Amino acid sequence: MRLRPRPTRRPLAGSLIALALVALTGTISAASSDAHSQDLRRLRGSIAIDGSSTVYPITEAIAEAFKKEAANVNITVGVSGTGGGFKRFAANETDVSDASRPIKPSESALCGESGVGYLELPVAYDGLTMVVSRSNDWIDHLTVDELKKIFLTTDPATTWQDVRDSWPATPLKIYSPGTDSGTFDYFKEVVAGKDGTIRSDMSVSEDDNVLVRGVAGDAGSIGFFGVAYYLANKDSVRAVPIMNKDGKAISPTAETIEDGSYNPFSRPLFIYVKTKSSRKPHVKAFIEFYLDRAPAAAAEVGYVGLPADLYDRARQTFKDRREGSRYVDDSGETRHGSLRDVYR
Amino acid sequence: MNDETPQNLAMLVDRGEPRSQSRRRAFDRGFLVTCLAITAIAVLALGVLLGSILIEGLPGLRWSFFTEYASRDASKAGIRAPLWGSIWVASICAIVALPIGIATAVWLEEFAPKNRITAFIRLNISNLAGVPSIVYGILGLTLFVRMFGLFGPIQAPELEIGGRLYAIYYDTMQEPIRVPAEERGVAPVLKTGDVGFVQEIEEGADGELIFTDRWTPVTLTIVPEDEDAPEGYGIIEAWQAEEPADFETERPWYYIQFPLGQSVLAGGLTLMLVVLPIVIISSQEALRAVPGSLRTGSLAMGATKWQTTRKVTLPAAVPMIMTGSILAMSRAIGEAAPILVLGVALFITDTPSSLMDSFTVLPMQIYNWTSRWQEDFRALAATGIIVLLMVLLAFNAVAVLIRQKLQRPLS
Repeated sequence: MRLRPRPTRRPLAGSLIALALVALTGTISAASSDAHSQDLRRLRGSIAIDGSSTVYPITEAIAEAFKKEAANVNITVGVSGTGGGFKRFAANETDVSDASRPIKPSESALCGESGVGYLELPVAYDGLTMVVSRSNDWIDHLTVDELKKIFLTTDPATTWQDVRDSWPATPLKIYSPGTDSGTFDYFKEVVAGKDGTIRSDMSVSEDDNVLVRGVAGDAGSIGFFGVAYYLANKDSVRAVPIMNKDGKAISPTAETIEDGSYNPFSRPLFIYVKTKSSRKPHVKAFIEFYLDRAPAAAAEVGYVGLPADLYDRARQTFKDRREGSRYVDDSGETRHGSLRDVYR
Repeated sequence: MNDETPQNLAMLVDRGEPRSQSRRRAFDRGFLVTCLAITAIAVLALGVLLGSILIEGLPGLRWSFFTEYASRDASKAGIRAPLWGSIWVASICAIVALPIGIATAVWLEEFAPKNRITAFIRLNISNLAGVPSIVYGILGLTLFVRMFGLFGPIQAPELEIGGRLYAIYYDTMQEPIRVPAEERGVAPVLKTGDVGFVQEIEEGADGELIFTDRWTPVTLTIVPEDEDAPEGYGIIEAWQAEEPADFETERPWYYIQFPLGQSVLAGGLTLMLVVLPIVIISSQEALRAVPGSLRTGSLAMGATKWQTTRKVTLPAAVPMIMTGSILAMSRAIGEAAPILVLGVALFITDTPSSLMDSFTVLPMQIYNWTSRWQEDFRALAATGIIVLLMVLLAFNAVAVLIRQKLQRPLS
């Protein structure tokens, strides 16, 4: 059982004085960034969150910390997936939607139809890592074109020599996360684009541990998953530096993901907040708390925090209640580009 | 003909070499060993499974694991919300599915005429038992959670029974005050002199605030826009009074809203859909296994059909019905897919206390833990599986108790 202190029954006035005293000390620690924000302990209400299971650990970490300070705010977080989360968001069932990709124009239109205005807030980066076995001694870096040779159905490589002439004729084996995961979707978008298809003769597993084991044990294998998994398995697999847009081969580290030089395989993670809910004091306090705590929480659960100026942009967006997605342009088309370029 | 018969018999006996005694014995022993080996493989697999889970999970089985909610820190994370969620949902499922299932089986076996319609119903029930549970989840989503949208959105249900609706405002002391409201989303018009309620708060020993269930009435003062509002309890500025910060419903345990939303009741009813065909079929089998002589005996003594069913057939079938129910409930407790489809939350910081409270279940939490990259969470998942098995055994123990209580010798 939770330790329950000796219940001291007080008359209302007494308890309120005690509360005021606690509040004085409480405000200093809780609301350091915003002098006008309310004492978290007094907030009351409920917040329904659903969406991506990739973003879930960050939201869980922050909801847990928030709940410690605002005991009377009831938060629930679901894992229906980014798409499923948006469906519920548009149906007015949730206040906040977690998303491991920007909202799609169709989803945005659905929100518009049901009168759900929303604020788009990036909260962290997830870096996709290409990994090979530690016993693979020839690979120094990969370009996106070489990745296309490896992963696409058009003229698929069967040996490493097919990828680059100087490499040995070792048979190529691919390990991939499940095709319905956000990770696979993101990889597909970067490598295959709109028209290409990813080959199907791969070893597919929902369990990233299986991928790690598979790649580690076979010199000719290659796989991909989130950077968190790579960092936890550094001893058994090696991350392949990826040639970025500026022509530099960059390895995924917290620094290169944060400063954007590790591209195109770092994706931003978002939360979408219903504008109507964002006016409620407890939701407002939670979102401000979220943006303040996001860098630490992201690092703790294996993601990478955004650069400080991007959090500032997110805070400004929230403060101004600037509605809509910056990934959907005026004509209802998806806007592509890095978070820094698009999220202005 | 007569002449030939002994000859034929002799031919039959002569056919092939007579098998030696020892060979037949050897074959017999070989068969036994094969059977044992096959059984051993099954038991071994189970043993390895249980062993690996126990080895990985037992160290995490502390008391705090049962009393803490989900956490980002594996060493502090507990299983309280999914544990209670599973217990609530499984109980609701059992309470609803068993009577309906057994009654259906009794009707089909004892009362229903044997014609094409009942044959069609029987066939359908058998088919339903084989439908993947995720399909029932989708059915449950439209039927129970959303109720076809007939009663409006989940967050603003049009029909509520037993709850009391309040609007929440903050006074100039930033203290939340709740005021009874008529309709969700429609702000009550506040006037000076109205009565609101402030929650009594106790201070715990470690400075933590404890929110009690006691509410103290305060008289409200509404300060117009152009006046300075003094700080004080019950004083609300006009602009704050225009729109409440939120609405909340005080929910006694019997509170029900339509649509049901992602509530324990909706979860329990969805699982009922999953297990109902299994309960019906196993109960039918149980009733069929009751010797017909018992029924005819009872009827011959002048008992009515109902008396025969109530006093003779059903009691005789109860042990087998309970066995079937155990299997059905085990399935209900272990299901994650239909519950996931309902869109229920995973992170919850409260245990259910009414039929309309949100919940999560053990398999969902276990699945989420296994998919984390931290080693600690995967160990935690093993601990979660141990708890799941414990819940399963507890439910089965209840069924066994009922069985023993109701069991009567057939003779």
